[in-house]
Amino acid sequence: MSLFEYAPAPESRSIVDIAPSYGLFIDGEFGEAKDTFKTINPADEEVLTEVALAAPEDVDRAVAAARRAFESWSALPGSERAKYLFRIARILQERSRELAVLESLDNGKPIKESRDVDLPLVAAHFFYYAGWADKLKYAGLGPDPRPLGVAGQVIPWNFPLLMLAWKIAPALATGNTVVLKPAETTPLSALFFADVCRQADLPPGVVNIVTGAGDTGRYLVEHPDVNKVAFTGSTEVGRQIARSVAGTGKKLTLELGGKAANIVFDDAPIDQAVEGIVNGIFFNQGHVCCAGSRLLVQESIAEELLTSLKRRMATLRVGDPLDKNTDIGAINSRAQLDRITELSEIGATEGAERWSPECSLPDRGFWFAPTIFTGVTQAHRIAREEIFGPVLSVLTFRTPAEAVEKANNTPYGLSAGIWTEKGSRILAVADKLRAGVVWANTFNKFDPTSPFGGYKESGYGREGGRHGLEAYLA
Amino acid sequence: MPKSATPSRLAVRKTYKLYVAGKFPRSESGRTYLVDGDNVALASRKDARDAVVAARAAQPGWAGATAYNRGQVLYRIAEMLEARRAEFKSLGVAGAEVDAAVDRWVWYAGWSDKIAQVAGGANPVAGPYFNISAPEPTGVVGVIAPGSLLGLVSVVAPAVVTGNTVVVVASNPQAAITLGEVLATSDVPGGVVNVLTGRAAEIAPWLASHDDVNALDLSGVDDTELATELERAAAGTLKRVLRPTSGVDYTEDPGTGPMTALLEIKTVWHPKGF
Repeated sequence: MSLFEYAPAPESRSIVDIAPSYGLFIDGEFGEAKDTFKTINPADEEVLTEVALAAPEDVDRAVAAARRAFESWSALPGSERAKYLFRIARILQERSRELAVLESLDNGKPIKESRDVDLPLVAAHFFYYAGWADKLKYAGLGPDPRPLGVAGQVIPWNFPLLMLAWKIAPALATGNTVVLKPAETTPLSALFFADVCRQADLPPGVVNIVTGAGDTGRYLVEHPDVNKVAFTGSTEVGRQIARSVAGTGKKLTLELGGKAANIVFDDAPIDQAVEGIVNGIFFNQGHVCCAGSRLLVQESIAEELLTSLKRRMATLRVGDPLDKNTDIGAINSRAQLDRITELSEIGATEGAERWSPECSLPDRGFWFAPTIFTGVTQAHRIAREEIFGPVLSVLTFRTPAEAVEKANNTPYGLSAGIWTEKGSRILAVADKLRAGVVWANTFNKFDPTSPFGGYKESGYGREGGRHGLEAYLA
Repeated sequence: MPKSATPSRLAVRKTYKLYVAGKFPRSESGRTYLVDGDNVALASRKDARDAVVAARAAQPGWAGATAYNRGQVLYRIAEMLEARRAEFKSLGVAGAEVDAAVDRWVWYAGWSDKIAQVAGGANPVAGPYFNISAPEPTGVVGVIAPGSLLGLVSVVAPAVVTGNTVVVVASNPQAAITLGEVLATSDVPGGVVNVLTGRAAEIAPWLASHDDVNALDLSGVDDTELATELERAAAGTLKRVLRPTSGVDYTEDPGTGPMTALLEIKTVWHPKGF
């Protein structure tokens, strides 16, 4: 029963002007490539535009441009580099509505997230690292920290422009130059960022954007003239990169997968916890490496909590990413939808109980209803493997010690959540969780000043904060 | 080492075994090899695995000890090492190097309750949240140690001062095992430092590929091909890898790098509100 009839509130897409095709951004210029590929809107499967598929010789040109630019960029006074970054931050703020709509079109994420989370954080990241550029000797990383050279950066499709900001802002602030490869399914915001660099009069070659698929990324990270490799993506690809970098002396940071435990104790405020659980797993369609994909709930309140969670899930609106009411947008690609579907079927086959609220999904595009599995054991694949979709596995525990044991029973260690009103329990549990980010009575909070990154097989190195500088300095 | 103390009395020689879990076992393989006239234990794959089990078992307790306590234990190591100055000299270690090794333990002892303040801190996030970053030990570290006593101390001390536990492959068996005796009498809990003597090329690959080892320090690996192979094997479980440091002068100020390389930064958020 609802008080009001639902009325769509679509954001206009007319603010974005997408060209029919895009080339590679190398040495300050957009140039053609031999091959191209199409990028689609996952919400309706319509082609948005064609982009260049960078070949090895294109990557060579981009690395060479970055190498040439490194000499003068690294020699520039930090205060001058800072001003370029401040300029970029300002332009990003001015164009944030356009970029938010673009991000939602190419990625499928709800406009309220791209508008209220992604874009503000993107600009904030450039502001934050801009300020570091002339203060590096105060960062506690030695009296004379030096840039590494050319950074090869490969980013994922879940937060395309935000991941670009996490990579490019600290790299430039520290005096490195970059060649960045955006994800195959979400190349557009990086290409628009290239235009932002031009508007800021950033010297040619300091930022180069090469679009392409896995092979392009592999060629970039294996390029002998790259000094630093930064990758965000799956643990499997992270392993391959670590292997390929072995023996080369390249500095490497990896931000990989996760299977975070979101732990709810019996004294937690239930309504707040439910909001945190929903945010933890359904934010960005669950395409979040730090998603709270394993709910560990104390047995004595499990029933009450699940009733409340299901009631809340029934109010989630799945659909048009550009509708300002939408809570859950489109799954980013058919391949990802297939993976979520497959793992969910395995969850049911292995004996867990599946539940989704009634919700009508659009006819075209890639969609997956918010889903929870109860009766999940630690042996189930849906409790062990990263699903990277709006699918929550629910497990129970009786004691805090059991909660910690279960939470840590994973090769991952990116994030975790704790819900309890007892301060001493928060601190004791936070101490024992093997995870790089612990959210207590909150979840999925990000800030440029706050270091982010994993323990164990969730990767190494930190992005954000003072710690994020270390990845780009010798 | 002098084989006889006085002409009238036959010296009691020392048997150099391994140092694992606070005990001095022989290699399970029963193998020894000859180094400067002594038969020293030649550690095997099984010894390496046993040492990892010991290091893992000791890790939560050692990391859970207060930083003050770990600092006291490290200072105690310095005291015990100082007392064995003559023995290390008799093993061919220069007096100045023993002194430097003692001083290094003292230096790191003082870091135990300071590194978290230097490497962590509060983050001024744009919102009503308490947000703090603090370093924690990476876990179990496999260490291929450099040959000198000072080199050995310079890789073990920064790993353990923060709460890591280590499995060390040492290439100077007598000095390394004698250091084990220092550790065994310094209130260092068994399993915090485990010392294997033998061939790095034989033992290290098992540490590099071991699922329960979190980091690999290749400081003492001279062979670049072996170093690359080990780094590649370590990628299987995404271990943190410290690459070989050939040419490092261990007499210089090591800085905080050797400690921070084996630390994980954990950031905790909590909302603020009445």
